[in-house]
Amino acid sequence: MLSVENLRSAYGRIEVLHGVTLHVDAGEIVTLIGANGAGKTTLMHAISGVQPITAGSVRFETQPIEQWSAHARVGAGISQVPEGRQVFDSLSVKDNLRLGAWSRRGGDLGQSLARVCRLFPMLDAIWEAPAGTLSGGQQQMLAIGRALMASPRLLLLDEPSMGLAPNLVDHVLAVIRSLKDEGLTILLVEQNAGAALAIADRAYVLETGRVALDGNATDIQNDRRVREAYLGI
Amino acid sequence: MAELLQFMSSGLTVGAIYALVALGFTLIYKASDIINFAQGEFVMLGGMTTVFAALAGVPLPLAALIAVVATTAIGMALHRFAIEPARGASPVALIMITIGASIFLRGVAQIVFDRRFHSLPPLLGADPIQFAGAAILPQSLVVLAGATVIVLLLWLLIERTLLGKAVVATAANRLAARLIGIDTRRIVDFSFAVSAAIGAIAGILITPIALTSYDAGTLLALKGFAAAMLGGIGSAAGAVVGGLLIGMMEAFAAGYVSSNYKDAVAFLIILVVLVAIPQGLFGRAKVERV
Repeated sequence: MLSVENLRSAYGRIEVLHGVTLHVDAGEIVTLIGANGAGKTTLMHAISGVQPITAGSVRFETQPIEQWSAHARVGAGISQVPEGRQVFDSLSVKDNLRLGAWSRRGGDLGQSLARVCRLFPMLDAIWEAPAGTLSGGQQQMLAIGRALMASPRLLLLDEPSMGLAPNLVDHVLAVIRSLKDEGLTILLVEQNAGAALAIADRAYVLETGRVALDGNATDIQNDRRVREAYLGI
Repeated sequence: MAELLQFMSSGLTVGAIYALVALGFTLIYKASDIINFAQGEFVMLGGMTTVFAALAGVPLPLAALIAVVATTAIGMALHRFAIEPARGASPVALIMITIGASIFLRGVAQIVFDRRFHSLPPLLGADPIQFAGAAILPQSLVVLAGATVIVLLLWLLIERTLLGKAVVATAANRLAARLIGIDTRRIVDFSFAVSAAIGAIAGILITPIALTSYDAGTLLALKGFAAAMLGGIGSAAGAVVGGLLIGMMEAFAAGYVSSNYKDAVAFLIILVVLVAIPQGLFGRAKVERV
Protein backbone atom coordinates (compact mmCIF):
# COMPACT_ATOMS: atom_id res chain seq x y z
CA MET A 1 0.00 0.00 0.00
CA LEU A 2 2.82 2.37 0.93
CA SER A 3 6.31 1.94 -0.33
CA VAL A 4 9.19 4.24 0.46
CA GLU A 5 12.41 3.78 -1.44
CA ASN A 6 15.82 5.19 -0.78
CA LEU A 7 14.34 8.27 0.83
CA ARG A 8 16.73 11.04 1.75
CA SER A 9 15.84 14.20 3.60
CA ALA A 10 17.82 17.03 5.13
CA TYR A 11 17.40 20.06 7.36
CA GLY A 12 19.50 22.64 5.58
CA ARG A 13 22.79 20.91 4.89
CA ILE A 14 22.40 18.28 7.55
CA GLU A 15 21.03 15.07 6.14
CA VAL A 16 18.78 13.23 8.56
CA LEU A 17 17.49 10.36 6.44
CA HIS A 18 20.21 8.60 4.48
CA GLY A 19 18.18 6.48 2.11
CA VAL A 20 15.34 4.77 3.96
CA THR A 21 13.45 1.92 2.31
CA LEU A 22 10.33 0.40 3.80
CA HIS A 23 6.89 -0.76 2.82
CA VAL A 24 3.52 -1.23 4.46
CA ASP A 25 1.05 -3.72 3.03
CA ALA A 26 -2.71 -3.27 3.15
CA GLY A 27 -4.22 -4.28 6.49
CA GLU A 28 -0.92 -4.40 8.37
CA ILE A 29 0.27 -2.64 11.48
CA VAL A 30 3.90 -1.81 10.87
CA THR A 31 5.91 -0.19 13.61
CA LEU A 32 8.97 1.95 13.34
CA ILE A 33 11.11 1.98 16.44
CA GLY A 34 14.28 3.82 17.20
CA ALA A 35 15.96 6.22 19.58
CA ASN A 36 15.42 9.95 19.78
CA GLY A 37 16.88 11.65 16.75
CA ALA A 38 16.88 8.53 14.60
CA GLY A 39 14.70 10.35 12.07
CA LYS A 40 11.34 8.70 12.79
CA THR A 41 9.34 11.94 12.84
CA THR A 42 11.21 13.30 9.82
CA LEU A 43 10.26 10.16 7.92
CA MET A 44 6.61 10.51 8.96
CA HIS A 45 6.64 14.16 7.89
CA ALA A 46 8.19 13.23 4.55
CA ILE A 47 5.49 10.62 3.94
CA SER A 48 2.82 13.23 4.71
CA GLY A 49 4.48 15.81 2.47
CA VAL A 50 5.35 18.42 5.08
CA GLN A 51 9.08 17.69 5.00
CA PRO A 52 10.96 18.12 1.72
CA ILE A 53 12.95 15.18 0.44
CA THR A 54 16.19 15.34 -1.50
CA ALA A 55 16.04 11.93 -3.14
CA GLY A 56 14.03 8.74 -3.26
CA SER A 57 10.43 7.90 -3.93
CA VAL A 58 7.18 7.46 -2.04
CA ARG A 59 4.45 5.38 -3.63
CA PHE A 60 0.92 5.10 -2.31
CA GLU A 61 -1.00 2.23 -3.84
CA THR A 62 0.02 2.54 -7.48
CA GLN A 63 0.94 6.21 -7.63
CA PRO A 64 4.20 8.05 -6.98
CA ILE A 65 3.22 10.79 -4.54
CA GLU A 66 6.54 12.37 -3.57
CA GLN A 67 5.70 15.48 -5.60
CA TRP A 68 2.21 15.82 -4.16
CA SER A 69 1.23 18.56 -1.74
CA ALA A 70 0.38 17.62 1.83
CA HIS A 71 -3.33 18.27 1.32
CA ALA A 72 -3.42 16.13 -1.82
CA ARG A 73 -1.96 13.24 0.18
CA VAL A 74 -4.64 13.60 2.85
CA GLY A 75 -7.22 13.64 0.09
CA ALA A 76 -5.74 10.46 -1.33
CA GLY A 77 -6.16 8.66 2.00
CA ILE A 78 -3.06 9.22 4.14
CA SER A 79 -3.74 10.81 7.54
CA GLN A 80 -1.26 11.51 10.27
CA VAL A 81 -1.66 11.84 14.02
CA PRO A 82 1.33 14.06 14.73
CA GLU A 83 3.76 13.73 17.57
CA GLY A 84 2.67 15.76 20.59
CA ARG A 85 -0.99 15.63 19.50
CA GLN A 86 -1.06 19.15 18.04
CA VAL A 87 -4.77 19.73 18.55
CA PHE A 88 -6.09 23.24 17.91
CA ASP A 89 -6.21 24.55 21.48
CA SER A 90 -8.65 27.41 21.08
CA LEU A 91 -11.15 25.42 19.02
CA SER A 92 -13.76 23.10 20.51
CA VAL A 93 -13.53 19.31 20.32
CA LYS A 94 -16.29 19.38 17.73
CA ASP A 95 -14.55 21.99 15.56
CA ASN A 96 -11.27 20.05 15.73
CA LEU A 97 -13.11 17.00 14.44
CA ARG A 98 -15.00 18.92 11.76
CA LEU A 99 -11.72 20.38 10.52
CA GLY A 100 -10.33 16.86 10.38
CA ALA A 101 -12.76 16.26 7.53
CA TRP A 102 -11.62 19.41 5.68
CA SER A 103 -10.30 17.36 2.75
CA ARG A 104 -13.82 16.11 2.03
CA ARG A 105 -15.77 19.14 3.17
CA GLY A 106 -19.29 19.36 1.92
CA GLY A 107 -19.67 15.61 2.39
CA ASP A 108 -21.70 13.98 5.14
CA LEU A 109 -19.83 14.02 8.43
CA GLY A 110 -22.50 12.27 10.52
CA GLN A 111 -21.12 8.78 10.06
CA SER A 112 -17.53 9.78 10.71
CA LEU A 113 -18.47 11.73 13.83
CA ALA A 114 -20.50 8.76 15.08
CA ARG A 115 -17.55 6.46 14.47
CA VAL A 116 -15.19 8.72 16.45
CA CYS A 117 -17.71 8.88 19.31
CA ARG A 118 -18.02 5.11 19.30
CA LEU A 119 -14.23 4.73 19.50
CA PHE A 120 -13.80 7.46 22.09
CA PRO A 121 -16.97 7.77 24.18
CA MET A 122 -15.13 10.17 26.51
CA LEU A 123 -15.11 12.85 23.78
CA ASP A 124 -18.90 12.88 23.64
CA ALA A 125 -19.20 14.52 27.05
CA ILE A 126 -16.77 17.35 26.26
CA TRP A 127 -18.02 18.17 22.79
CA GLU A 128 -17.96 21.95 23.23
CA ALA A 129 -14.83 22.24 25.40
CA PRO A 130 -11.80 24.02 23.90
CA ALA A 131 -9.22 21.36 23.04
CA GLY A 132 -6.58 23.20 25.06
CA THR A 133 -8.44 22.46 28.29
CA LEU A 134 -8.39 18.69 27.74
CA SER A 135 -6.09 16.28 29.54
CA GLY A 136 -3.21 14.73 27.64
CA GLY A 137 -5.12 11.48 27.18
CA GLN A 138 -8.23 13.23 25.91
CA GLN A 139 -6.12 15.29 23.51
CA GLN A 140 -4.57 12.12 22.13
CA MET A 141 -8.01 10.61 21.55
CA LEU A 142 -9.04 13.83 19.87
CA ALA A 143 -5.94 13.87 17.67
CA ILE A 144 -6.64 10.30 16.53
CA GLY A 145 -10.31 11.11 16.02
CA ARG A 146 -9.41 14.19 13.99
CA ALA A 147 -7.16 12.14 11.70
CA LEU A 148 -9.92 9.52 11.25
CA MET A 149 -12.38 12.20 10.15
CA ALA A 150 -10.57 12.37 6.82
CA SER A 151 -11.55 8.70 6.25
CA PRO A 152 -7.97 7.59 5.65
CA ARG A 153 -6.92 4.20 4.36
CA LEU A 154 -3.42 4.59 5.77
CA LEU A 155 -3.03 6.04 9.25
CA LEU A 156 0.36 7.33 10.41
CA LEU A 157 0.67 7.52 14.18
CA ASP A 158 3.65 9.36 15.63
CA GLU A 159 4.28 8.49 19.29
CA PRO A 160 0.64 8.14 20.33
CA SER A 161 1.59 6.86 23.79
CA MET A 162 3.96 9.69 24.62
CA GLY A 163 3.28 11.26 27.98
CA LEU A 164 0.26 9.11 28.74
CA ALA A 165 -0.51 7.22 31.95
CA PRO A 166 -0.06 3.42 31.59
CA ASN A 167 -3.79 2.62 31.53
CA LEU A 168 -4.27 5.19 28.77
CA VAL A 169 -1.41 3.66 26.80
CA ASP A 170 -3.30 0.36 26.91
CA HIS A 171 -6.45 2.11 25.77
CA VAL A 172 -4.69 3.75 22.82
CA LEU A 173 -3.15 0.43 21.80
CA ALA A 174 -6.55 -1.26 22.00
CA VAL A 175 -7.98 1.45 19.76
CA ILE A 176 -5.18 0.96 17.23
CA ARG A 177 -5.92 -2.77 17.15
CA SER A 178 -9.61 -2.18 16.63
CA LEU A 179 -8.82 0.21 13.77
CA LYS A 180 -6.78 -2.53 12.18
CA ASP A 181 -9.72 -4.89 12.59
CA GLU A 182 -11.85 -2.35 10.74
CA GLY A 183 -9.44 -2.71 7.84
CA LEU A 184 -7.23 0.34 8.34
CA THR A 185 -3.53 0.09 7.49
CA ILE A 186 -1.28 1.57 10.15
CA LEU A 187 2.28 2.82 10.38
CA LEU A 188 3.12 3.34 14.03
CA VAL A 189 6.14 5.20 15.37
CA GLU A 190 6.88 4.45 18.99
CA GLN A 191 9.57 4.94 21.56
CA ASN A 192 7.65 2.50 23.71
CA ALA A 193 9.01 -0.37 21.63
CA GLY A 194 7.57 -3.12 23.80
CA ALA A 195 4.04 -1.85 23.43
CA ALA A 196 4.40 -1.23 19.72
CA LEU A 197 5.88 -4.67 18.98
CA ALA A 198 3.06 -6.31 20.93
CA ILE A 199 0.43 -5.14 18.46
CA ALA A 200 2.47 -4.88 15.25
CA ASP A 201 2.73 -7.37 12.41
CA ARG A 202 6.13 -6.19 11.25
CA ALA A 203 8.74 -3.76 12.48
CA TYR A 204 11.59 -1.61 11.27
CA VAL A 205 14.37 -0.39 13.52
CA LEU A 206 15.63 3.02 12.49
CA GLU A 207 19.12 4.08 13.59
CA THR A 208 20.56 7.50 12.70
CA GLY A 209 18.60 7.82 9.52
CA ARG A 210 18.99 4.24 8.26
CA VAL A 211 16.97 1.07 8.60
CA ALA A 212 19.17 -1.08 10.82
CA LEU A 213 16.87 -4.07 11.07
CA ASP A 214 13.50 -5.23 9.86
CA GLY A 215 11.35 -8.29 10.11
CA ASN A 216 8.18 -9.60 11.64
CA ALA A 217 7.37 -8.24 15.05
CA THR A 218 8.04 -11.41 17.04
CA ASP A 219 11.47 -11.86 15.49
CA ILE A 220 12.37 -8.25 16.19
CA GLN A 221 11.10 -8.62 19.73
CA ASN A 222 13.43 -11.58 20.24
CA ASP A 223 16.44 -9.98 18.60
CA ARG A 224 19.27 -9.69 21.10
CA ARG A 225 20.33 -6.19 20.05
CA VAL A 226 16.77 -4.88 20.08
CA ARG A 227 16.18 -6.35 23.52
CA GLU A 228 19.25 -4.61 24.86
CA ALA A 229 18.87 -1.28 23.10
CA TYR A 230 15.12 -0.71 23.03
CA LEU A 231 13.39 -3.06 25.39
CA GLY A 232 15.78 -2.71 28.30
CA ILE A 233 15.96 -6.44 28.88
CA MET B 1 -20.28 69.49 26.69
CA ALA B 2 -21.01 70.33 23.05
CA GLU B 3 -17.27 70.51 22.51
CA LEU B 4 -16.71 67.08 24.09
CA LEU B 5 -19.41 65.55 21.92
CA GLN B 6 -17.89 67.17 18.85
CA PHE B 7 -14.45 65.74 19.58
CA MET B 8 -15.94 62.35 20.36
CA SER B 9 -17.79 62.14 17.08
CA SER B 10 -14.73 62.99 15.03
CA GLY B 11 -12.57 60.71 17.22
CA LEU B 12 -14.90 57.75 16.78
CA THR B 13 -15.03 58.30 13.04
CA VAL B 14 -11.29 58.20 12.42
CA GLY B 15 -11.04 55.61 15.20
CA ALA B 16 -13.35 53.30 13.25
CA ILE B 17 -11.02 53.61 10.26
CA TYR B 18 -7.96 52.88 12.43
CA ALA B 19 -9.86 49.90 13.81
CA LEU B 20 -10.42 48.55 10.30
CA VAL B 21 -6.75 49.02 9.43
CA ALA B 22 -5.81 47.31 12.70
CA LEU B 23 -8.14 44.41 11.88
CA GLY B 24 -6.34 44.04 8.56
CA PHE B 25 -3.02 43.82 10.42
CA THR B 26 -4.49 41.34 12.88
CA LEU B 27 -5.94 39.02 10.27
CA ILE B 28 -2.69 38.71 8.33
CA TYR B 29 -0.60 38.50 11.48
CA LYS B 30 -2.78 35.71 12.85
CA ALA B 31 -2.64 33.67 9.67
CA SER B 32 1.00 34.16 8.81
CA ASP B 33 2.94 35.89 11.63
CA ILE B 34 3.66 38.77 9.25
CA ILE B 35 3.08 42.43 10.03
CA ASN B 36 1.93 43.71 6.66
CA PHE B 37 3.05 47.31 6.37
CA ALA B 38 1.35 47.60 2.98
CA GLN B 39 -1.96 47.56 4.86
CA GLY B 40 -2.22 51.36 4.58
CA GLU B 41 -1.80 51.15 0.80
CA PHE B 42 -4.89 48.95 0.64
CA VAL B 43 -6.81 51.85 2.20
CA MET B 44 -5.27 54.32 -0.23
CA LEU B 45 -6.02 52.06 -3.21
CA GLY B 46 -9.65 51.73 -2.14
CA GLY B 47 -10.12 55.50 -2.03
CA MET B 48 -8.02 56.42 -5.08
CA THR B 49 -9.39 53.71 -7.37
CA THR B 50 -12.94 54.77 -6.53
CA VAL B 51 -12.11 58.41 -7.19
CA PHE B 52 -10.52 57.74 -10.55
CA ALA B 53 -13.13 55.22 -11.66
CA ALA B 54 -15.80 57.80 -10.80
CA LEU B 55 -13.87 60.50 -12.69
CA ALA B 56 -13.86 58.18 -15.69
CA GLY B 57 -17.64 58.22 -15.56
CA VAL B 58 -18.34 54.98 -13.73
CA PRO B 59 -21.34 55.30 -11.36
CA LEU B 60 -20.14 55.64 -7.77
CA PRO B 61 -21.42 52.30 -6.36
CA LEU B 62 -19.84 50.44 -9.25
CA ALA B 63 -16.63 52.45 -8.88
CA ALA B 64 -16.48 51.43 -5.21
CA LEU B 65 -17.03 47.79 -6.13
CA ILE B 66 -14.28 47.92 -8.74
CA ALA B 67 -11.95 49.45 -6.14
CA VAL B 68 -12.66 46.71 -3.60
CA VAL B 69 -12.21 43.92 -6.15
CA ALA B 70 -9.00 45.43 -7.55
CA THR B 71 -7.51 45.97 -4.08
CA THR B 72 -8.43 42.42 -3.06
CA ALA B 73 -6.66 41.10 -6.14
CA ILE B 74 -3.61 43.20 -5.28
CA GLY B 75 -3.66 41.84 -1.73
CA MET B 76 -3.67 38.26 -2.99
CA ALA B 77 -0.96 39.05 -5.51
CA LEU B 78 1.16 40.54 -2.73
CA HIS B 79 1.00 37.23 -0.91
CA ARG B 80 1.41 34.99 -3.96
CA PHE B 81 4.22 36.83 -5.69
CA ALA B 82 6.09 38.64 -2.93
CA ILE B 83 5.55 36.83 0.38
CA GLU B 84 5.05 33.21 -0.66
CA PRO B 85 8.26 32.90 -2.72
CA ALA B 86 10.17 33.99 0.40
CA ARG B 87 8.47 31.45 2.63
CA GLY B 88 10.84 30.25 5.29
CA ALA B 89 12.66 33.59 5.49
CA SER B 90 12.80 35.24 8.90
CA PRO B 91 9.82 37.38 9.97
CA VAL B 92 12.01 40.50 9.76
CA ALA B 93 12.81 39.76 6.12
CA LEU B 94 9.13 39.21 5.38
CA ILE B 95 8.22 42.49 7.07
CA MET B 96 10.86 44.20 4.91
CA ILE B 97 9.13 42.76 1.87
CA THR B 98 5.85 44.31 2.95
CA ILE B 99 7.56 47.67 3.46
CA GLY B 100 9.01 47.34 -0.03
CA ALA B 101 5.56 46.49 -1.38
CA SER B 102 4.16 49.54 0.37
CA ILE B 103 6.72 51.83 -1.29
CA PHE B 104 6.14 50.11 -4.63
CA LEU B 105 2.36 50.52 -4.46
CA ARG B 106 2.73 54.17 -3.51
CA GLY B 107 5.05 54.73 -6.46
CA VAL B 108 2.72 53.02 -8.88
CA ALA B 109 -0.26 54.98 -7.51
CA GLN B 110 1.65 58.19 -8.07
CA ILE B 111 2.13 57.30 -11.74
CA VAL B 112 -1.22 55.67 -12.49
CA PHE B 113 -3.24 58.24 -10.54
CA ASP B 114 -1.60 61.53 -9.62
CA ARG B 115 -0.08 63.49 -6.73
CA ARG B 116 -3.12 65.56 -5.82
CA PHE B 117 -5.65 65.28 -3.04
CA HIS B 118 -9.05 63.86 -3.91
CA SER B 119 -12.41 63.57 -2.30
CA LEU B 120 -15.64 61.71 -2.89
CA PRO B 121 -19.20 62.99 -2.42
CA PRO B 122 -20.56 61.92 0.99
CA LEU B 123 -23.18 59.19 0.79
CA LEU B 124 -25.87 60.99 2.81
CA GLY B 125 -25.15 64.58 1.87
CA ALA B 126 -22.84 67.12 3.44
CA ASP B 127 -25.17 69.01 5.78
CA PRO B 128 -24.10 68.41 9.39
CA ILE B 129 -26.66 67.05 11.80
CA GLN B 130 -27.04 69.27 14.88
CA PHE B 131 -27.04 67.18 18.02
CA ALA B 132 -26.81 68.67 21.53
CA GLY B 133 -24.78 71.55 20.19
CA ALA B 134 -22.38 69.43 18.19
CA ALA B 135 -22.33 69.25 14.40
CA ILE B 136 -22.06 65.65 13.26
CA LEU B 137 -21.27 64.82 9.65
CA PRO B 138 -23.69 62.30 8.13
CA GLN B 139 -20.66 60.57 6.60
CA SER B 140 -19.40 59.90 10.16
CA LEU B 141 -22.49 57.81 10.72
CA VAL B 142 -21.86 56.03 7.43
CA VAL B 143 -18.29 55.26 8.51
CA LEU B 144 -19.42 53.92 11.88
CA ALA B 145 -22.21 51.85 10.37
CA GLY B 146 -19.87 50.47 7.70
CA ALA B 147 -17.22 49.56 10.25
CA THR B 148 -19.81 47.87 12.47
CA VAL B 149 -21.09 45.77 9.57
CA ILE B 150 -17.54 44.71 8.64
CA VAL B 151 -16.68 43.75 12.21
CA LEU B 152 -19.89 41.72 12.49
CA LEU B 153 -19.32 39.94 9.18
CA LEU B 154 -15.75 39.12 10.16
CA TRP B 155 -16.94 37.78 13.50
CA LEU B 156 -19.53 35.61 11.77
CA LEU B 157 -16.92 34.33 9.34
CA ILE B 158 -14.49 33.34 12.09
CA GLU B 159 -16.98 32.02 14.61
CA ARG B 160 -19.64 30.48 12.44
CA THR B 161 -18.03 29.01 9.33
CA LEU B 162 -15.70 26.08 8.82
CA LEU B 163 -13.56 28.31 6.63
CA GLY B 164 -13.17 30.68 9.59
CA LYS B 165 -12.18 27.75 11.80
CA ALA B 166 -9.61 26.73 9.20
CA VAL B 167 -8.14 30.24 9.39
CA VAL B 168 -7.95 29.95 13.19
CA ALA B 169 -6.41 26.48 12.90
CA THR B 170 -3.82 27.66 10.38
CA ALA B 171 -2.96 30.56 12.64
CA ALA B 172 -2.67 28.36 15.72
CA ASN B 173 -0.69 25.48 14.27
CA ARG B 174 0.34 25.56 10.64
CA LEU B 175 1.93 22.10 10.70
CA ALA B 176 -1.12 20.40 12.18
CA ALA B 177 -3.34 22.27 9.73
CA ARG B 178 -1.31 20.94 6.81
CA LEU B 179 -1.32 17.42 8.23
CA ILE B 180 -5.12 17.33 8.33
CA GLY B 181 -5.30 18.41 4.71
CA ILE B 182 -5.80 22.17 4.87
CA ASP B 183 -4.10 23.96 1.99
CA THR B 184 -2.59 26.58 4.28
CA ARG B 185 -1.22 28.62 1.39
CA ARG B 186 -4.75 29.26 0.17
CA ILE B 187 -5.88 30.09 3.69
CA VAL B 188 -3.17 32.75 3.94
CA ASP B 189 -4.12 33.95 0.45
CA PHE B 190 -7.63 34.28 1.73
CA SER B 191 -6.60 36.29 4.78
CA PHE B 192 -4.60 38.68 2.59
CA ALA B 193 -7.64 39.04 0.34
CA VAL B 194 -9.98 39.78 3.24
CA SER B 195 -7.50 42.24 4.78
CA ALA B 196 -7.16 44.05 1.48
CA ALA B 197 -10.93 44.21 1.01
CA ILE B 198 -11.42 45.59 4.52
CA GLY B 199 -8.70 48.18 3.87
CA ALA B 200 -10.27 49.21 0.57
CA ILE B 201 -13.70 49.64 2.14
CA ALA B 202 -12.18 51.72 4.93
CA GLY B 203 -10.52 53.90 2.30
CA ILE B 204 -13.76 54.43 0.41
CA LEU B 205 -15.69 55.26 3.60
CA ILE B 206 -13.21 57.83 4.90
CA THR B 207 -12.37 59.65 1.63
CA PRO B 208 -15.41 62.00 1.75
CA ILE B 209 -14.18 63.21 5.18
CA ALA B 210 -10.41 62.98 5.16
CA LEU B 211 -9.44 63.25 1.48
CA THR B 212 -7.04 60.78 -0.05
CA SER B 213 -3.85 60.89 -2.07
CA TYR B 214 -1.25 58.43 -3.28
CA ASP B 215 0.61 58.61 0.04
CA ALA B 216 -2.40 58.64 2.39
CA GLY B 217 -1.69 55.04 3.38
CA THR B 218 1.57 55.60 5.23
CA LEU B 219 0.16 57.46 8.20
CA LEU B 220 -2.95 55.27 8.29
CA ALA B 221 -0.79 52.16 8.46
CA LEU B 222 1.20 53.56 11.37
CA LYS B 223 -1.95 54.59 13.25
CA GLY B 224 -3.57 51.25 12.54
CA PHE B 225 -0.41 49.50 13.70
CA ALA B 226 -0.46 51.56 16.91
CA ALA B 227 -4.09 50.50 17.37
CA ALA B 228 -3.23 46.83 16.87
CA MET B 229 -0.35 47.14 19.37
CA LEU B 230 -2.52 48.92 21.92
CA GLY B 231 -5.22 46.28 21.61
CA GLY B 232 -2.71 43.45 21.69
CA ILE B 233 -1.41 42.24 18.34
CA GLY B 234 -3.38 39.23 17.18
CA SER B 235 -6.56 40.09 19.04
CA ALA B 236 -9.48 41.14 16.84
CA ALA B 237 -11.41 42.70 19.73
CA GLY B 238 -8.21 44.49 20.73
CA ALA B 239 -7.84 45.89 17.21
CA VAL B 240 -11.31 47.43 17.33
CA VAL B 241 -10.96 48.86 20.82
CA GLY B 242 -7.41 50.04 20.11
CA GLY B 243 -8.52 51.81 16.95
CA LEU B 244 -11.40 53.61 18.64
CA LEU B 245 -9.22 54.62 21.60
CA ILE B 246 -6.48 56.05 19.39
CA GLY B 247 -9.01 57.94 17.29
CA MET B 248 -10.55 59.48 20.42
CA MET B 249 -7.23 60.36 22.02
CA GLU B 250 -6.14 61.97 18.78
CA ALA B 251 -9.32 64.02 18.57
CA PHE B 252 -8.99 65.15 22.19
CA ALA B 253 -5.32 66.02 21.75
CA ALA B 254 -6.16 68.01 18.64
CA GLY B 255 -9.11 69.73 20.31
CA TYR B 256 -7.76 70.48 23.78
CA VAL B 257 -4.04 70.80 23.11
CA SER B 258 -3.18 71.61 19.53
CA SER B 259 -3.90 69.96 16.22
CA ASN B 260 -0.14 70.13 15.59
CA TYR B 261 0.32 67.26 18.00
CA LYS B 262 -2.51 65.11 16.65
CA ASP B 263 -0.25 62.70 14.77
CA ALA B 264 2.17 62.43 17.68
CA VAL B 265 -0.47 60.75 19.82
CA ALA B 266 -0.31 57.44 17.99
CA PHE B 267 3.48 57.29 18.26
CA LEU B 268 3.41 58.20 21.91
CA ILE B 269 0.97 55.36 22.44
CA ILE B 270 3.21 52.88 20.61
CA LEU B 271 6.08 53.86 22.90
CA VAL B 272 4.03 53.63 26.08
CA VAL B 273 2.52 50.29 25.08
CA LEU B 274 5.90 48.81 24.18
CA VAL B 275 7.40 49.86 27.49
CA ALA B 276 4.49 49.38 29.88
CA ILE B 277 2.16 46.75 28.42
CA PRO B 278 3.90 44.97 25.55
CA GLN B 279 1.15 42.36 25.34
CA GLY B 280 -1.46 45.11 24.80
CA LEU B 281 -4.88 45.49 26.40
CA PHE B 282 -6.37 42.26 25.07
CA GLY B 283 -3.24 40.25 24.44
CA ARG B 284 -2.72 37.25 26.63
CA ALA B 285 0.62 36.05 27.84
CA LYS B 286 1.22 32.70 26.18
CA VAL B 287 0.33 29.73 28.31
CA GLU B 288 1.39 26.41 26.95
CA ARG B 289 0.68 22.98 28.16
CA VAL B 290 3.55 20.57 27.82
